Amino acid sequence: MIRAALAAILSHWRRHPLQLATLIIGLALATGLWSAVQAINGKARASYARAAEQLGTAGADRLVPDSGSIALRQYADLRRAGWSLAPVLEGTVRFGRQSFDIMGIDLLSHPLVANLATAAEQDGALPLDALLPPGRFFAHPVTAAELAAAQQKHPVTPTDALPRGLLVADLSLASRLLKQPDTLSYLLVLPNQVPGLIPLTELARNLSRVTAQTAASDTARLTDSFHLNLTAFGLLSFAVGLFIVQGTITLSLEQRRGLIRTLRGLGVPMQVLAGLFAAELAVVALIAGAAGLAGGYLVAAALLPDVNATLAGLYGAPVDGSLSLRPGWVLSGLAMALGGTFLAGAKALFDMWRMPLLAAPATRARGQQAARSHLLSAGGGAACILAGFATLATFQGLVAGFFFLGGLMLGAALVLPLLIAAGLRLGARLARRPYAEWLWADTRAQLPGMSLALMALLLALATNIGVGTMVSSFRLTFLGWLDQRLSAEVYVTAATDAQGAELARWLEEQGITVLPIRRNDLRFKGAPLRIYGVVDDATYRENWPLLEALPQVWDRLAAGEAVLVNEQLARRHDLAPGGRIKLETGWELTIAGVYSDYGNPNGQAIVALDQLLARTPGVPNRQFGLRLPPAEVPQLIRKVRKQFEIPRENIIDQANLKARSLAVFDRTFVITAALNLLTLGVAAFAMLTSLLTLWSQRLPQLAPVWAMGLSRRQLAATEVLRSLLLAAITAVLALPLGLILAWALLSVINVEAFGWKLPMHVFPGDWLRLFLLALLAAVVAAALPARRLSRLDPAELLKVFANER
Amino acid sequence: MNAKIVLTLIITGWGSAVQPQGYAGLGTEAEGFAIPQRGHRLTFPEDHGPHPDFRIEWWYLTANLEGADGRDYGIQWTLFRSALAPGEGSGWQSPQIWMAHAAVTAPDQHLFAERIARGGIGQAGVTSQPFTAWIDSWQMSSTGKSLDNLTLTASGETFSYDLKLTADGPLVLHGENGYSVKSASGQASYYYSQPHYQVTGALALPDGAVEVTGHGWLDREWSSQPLAEDQSGWDWFSLSFESGAKLMGFVLRGESGDFTSGTWISADGTAEPLEPGAFQAEALESSDVQGRSIPTRWSARLPEKGVSVEVQALNPQSWMGTSFSYWEGPVSVTGSHTGKGYLEMTGYE
Repeated sequence: MIRAALAAILSHWRRHPLQLATLIIGLALATGLWSAVQAINGKARASYARAAEQLGTAGADRLVPDSGSIALRQYADLRRAGWSLAPVLEGTVRFGRQSFDIMGIDLLSHPLVANLATAAEQDGALPLDALLPPGRFFAHPVTAAELAAAQQKHPVTPTDALPRGLLVADLSLASRLLKQPDTLSYLLVLPNQVPGLIPLTELARNLSRVTAQTAASDTARLTDSFHLNLTAFGLLSFAVGLFIVQGTITLSLEQRRGLIRTLRGLGVPMQVLAGLFAAELAVVALIAGAAGLAGGYLVAAALLPDVNATLAGLYGAPVDGSLSLRPGWVLSGLAMALGGTFLAGAKALFDMWRMPLLAAPATRARGQQAARSHLLSAGGGAACILAGFATLATFQGLVAGFFFLGGLMLGAALVLPLLIAAGLRLGARLARRPYAEWLWADTRAQLPGMSLALMALLLALATNIGVGTMVSSFRLTFLGWLDQRLSAEVYVTAATDAQGAELARWLEEQGITVLPIRRNDLRFKGAPLRIYGVVDDATYRENWPLLEALPQVWDRLAAGEAVLVNEQLARRHDLAPGGRIKLETGWELTIAGVYSDYGNPNGQAIVALDQLLARTPGVPNRQFGLRLPPAEVPQLIRKVRKQFEIPRENIIDQANLKARSLAVFDRTFVITAALNLLTLGVAAFAMLTSLLTLWSQRLPQLAPVWAMGLSRRQLAATEVLRSLLLAAITAVLALPLGLILAWALLSVINVEAFGWKLPMHVFPGDWLRLFLLALLAAVVAAALPARRLSRLDPAELLKVFANER
Repeated sequence: MNAKIVLTLIITGWGSAVQPQGYAGLGTEAEGFAIPQRGHRLTFPEDHGPHPDFRIEWWYLTANLEGADGRDYGIQWTLFRSALAPGEGSGWQSPQIWMAHAAVTAPDQHLFAERIARGGIGQAGVTSQPFTAWIDSWQMSSTGKSLDNLTLTASGETFSYDLKLTADGPLVLHGENGYSVKSASGQASYYYSQPHYQVTGALALPDGAVEVTGHGWLDREWSSQPLAEDQSGWDWFSLSFESGAKLMGFVLRGESGDFTSGTWISADGTAEPLEPGAFQAEALESSDVQGRSIPTRWSARLPEKGVSVEVQALNPQSWMGTSFSYWEGPVSVTGSHTGKGYLEMTGYE
């Protein structure tokens, strides 16, 4: 009996292959995007963890200075107090046109050393040369190759044990290159300390102990926002995918009502039937889940290079290598597919369970029921929105920001049916002709079946508007900022300090204003802080992108009594013009201004050049910005190259540099655009399935209208019109929601994630485009049902009157 | 400890590119380092301090102690200086590397610890005026310029000690006024000792603190290639007899025959260098120590002074499992003379 019943149930799909395809595609889409996001996040997190592990910092706490750096003397004192510590000095060195991050360690005490010694041995390195001049670098093979191409003075040992983009050297070499013989960046607290030592809190009040976990999650903290973003997109797609699945499952059960009635009449118990339907769903879920995983893997693999670019561009976080298939990922993906299917199918199965044996469909009655549920859902929605605002008002931080967004989006989606219903009622009141009255009323009657798809559309449109506005605002601000920040006509980098000095002299002889770009890397409250020294020049006074400043800011700076800080640093440590900042022990200055500094995850400050040189006399003097009439730029570049043998890539004009910066920026947001488009596609697909679901149920209502004289063609046009109507209302409602979303992204999420607040720019042209896109999606979604309707055999419509069902 | 691996690599020649020669690389060429010269006069207190132009140097203190609990103990405190290149540099540019070993030995217990440090940055070093030798929190320091009154501290994860040392006799210069020949082919080191310390203080052991008293012996030695290329290790004895006399004797084991030498120190502190071959040592019994067979009972003889004694390890398992490992521990002496002492054996692989 079970076998026969199962065969009967499954025969439905043979007759409706498109429906089966819709179900599987919907579920696969939901699982696929979600899994892709999970795969990307998992890969990135694994990369961070590996990088931390490779640097030997896993498990070891750090002592970081509250400001500035640690004096070498203090390290020796702590050692003499019995503490077993490993010193580290970090910074950047430049070889040729390339900059490298360098980590100087004591090769006798750092936990990383065992790996390096093995690598050196395999490399056939001579004993001791890492400790003696000229010293030896250790780097990931890719970085090692870059370094070997950029310089030949110091031998390089390639090793897979290090993350990309980092040079490791003994402190003897690192302190020489960084010109910091007496300072350290931080100290690792090694395991196995002697008992009974004086606590570090007493010995070193100027140092804070950062636990291994916090230290290792430095990158993770920075990139959290990005991953949270991806996760939000993934969840959104998953939810939208489930709308499709829900529609299809409901439809398939609806269409099998006759069958169910027949089977039950033949004596198949309800329990068995329910079990069979559940089994059917489970099999579909597993097949679709597997397909989704495969698709998700491909999507993730395709997006990974852009994700890596984003992470490297925005956060300087290294993610390398390719995706690997983890069993946990496969299992969780299948579980999501299975769980999602049952969540989506629960209501349909429950309805079937409760369905009286002889019930006939009664759309209007269901519509009235729906009106009550609209109110209920709107109440829930309002509560969600309120909770979102309350979270934002009460809590701080990225997670609170995303909570707010979640509450807002979910709440708005829940309120949507009520708003549309109100709009339709208003329309009905304005209607004069019977056809129009019927159209409004009928559309309202269809609303329950469409509302999930419309919610999906609302979310997708709002996300598009919000994220689009954010990215475009960011881009516009970034462009303006680039214009201010890159105000010199030419940027040139010399190979050595000596060449730099000669170059500056020669340029000044040519009557060109030379702005030296000199900097030093410190640590401020445990995080990197880069300090630039600038000369007093009109270029800065006229162009520098200041957000807030004291009066006579540039005079104060030039007098050496003040400092400018970037927005990130100011927000992170609550600094404002007029306040004081202690850059290093004995170096405290008034903050004269805050400037915007996009695309940089770290703190930055600007002081007068003499101040910087007085503090750190040895900072390299190789980079210069040159001011000259733009027309003379090509000639100057030729002359400089001829005179100084500076390679082409080390002398670059402003336009070129801006183009490069923008390219990096655009690449950073490729992933966002891709996800945006995918979500919109999924939402359109959801509309299609909803309309398909509805259309077969609508014959009982269409048949009387047809019988009263409306042609099939007119009916089909009505279908399209209604779809357009609903999409248009949804799109109009999506606009304010999208703008709130954009505001939240720009003023809440960005501030938390990056430390900068961006002005919002609006792009009505984009909205219009999106509005038309939504209408297009509505037409495409309605086209198939409409086409069927216009070609429907009149006999089918007549059947409605003959057939009880 | 990773530093161990590194130091072993450094001392033995990093990796396989350079084959280690002799024990702990002590047989390698001098390469620009200073060489001990016959006839050179040692001057104090300057020579208590470091000699960075020489490749290797140590401040080596051992003591035979008796606890208030009636048990015999031995302690070791050693600071080694090893130069990667001759001379001193400032800060991290210093080519000097420091290493220290500390140990406490009881009949059934041998605890040890190791420290490694960079020179030039203040983490380790020796100053002669006033005399202080330190690495991390371990320290041997004098209140004045001489080595007559010292305080000595060291601590590991499982033990620590804090001792006072007072010398009641003069410094002893080994060989020819401190020029000590180490092989038939002429390798030599500068070598002097202070073997006359009275020691008091306390040991902190896993089972609790123990008050101790006893006798200590400090060796100071520096050189650039103290071993000949074919020499693989040594057996070194410092024996204090109840008569008041002391004997320092060593056997340098080589492929072309052993080289022995030493110093006889009479009760009044007068030192007599021994002719090569005068001191004789013969292993009587070996113990299985960390998978190696190591002699822990010896017959030691110096016929010209009527010495024929048996030297027995207090704890045969006195293995220093440090970056470069060796056996070092207290011994008891019976036979023609009775007394106590310390035995060091290296190069047993």
